[in-house]
Amino acid sequence: MFLGRVIGRLVPAVVTPGLEGVPLLWVQPLDKRGAPDGRPFVCADGTRMAGPGEMVYWEASREAALTLEPSFVPVDHAVLGIVDDLQRDAEVGP
Amino acid sequence: MILGRVAGRITSTIGHRDMAGRTLLVCDKLDAQGRPAHGYVIAIDTVGAGAGQTVIILDEGTGARQILGVADMPVRSVVVGVVDDLG
Repeated sequence: MFLGRVIGRLVPAVVTPGLEGVPLLWVQPLDKRGAPDGRPFVCADGTRMAGPGEMVYWEASREAALTLEPSFVPVDHAVLGIVDDLQRDAEVGP
Repeated sequence: MILGRVAGRITSTIGHRDMAGRTLLVCDKLDAQGRPAHGYVIAIDTVGAGAGQTVIILDEGTGARQILGVADMPVRSVVVGVVDDLG
């Protein structure tokens, strides 16, 4: 799993069967400190509650497809949860 | 499996039901010399690993689901060991 920041919600006009009703988010991947790192991508929202600005954690590939009910939705990225707090262990260093 | 170093943790109350009660550790991925080098991964802890410890991370879904005992759990990365010595 990795960190991400929700930067938008997508409302599709048309989707392929199996994606109907799947909430889609526009997500900016983050590094371990929460700074933007990499290209944004479209992510299914496994929580159905994540909003713009929130830090989330996400998973890719098969695990993403397993996140939503009924599972095996045709997605390659999915949000698994909303981050309440990201703690960095002080003594570990950079 | 890969080697990591526990560098932090996240807390989350809103998430997938299989994540409830799990400890989510932010782990640096280590290079051959045991230094953080290849990014990070958030892994579910199963051995009580502490801050700064070098850990073994299983990074594959089927194995992860087997260890956690939850079929169809959307997880791939699990901390499965703490390393005492990297000789």
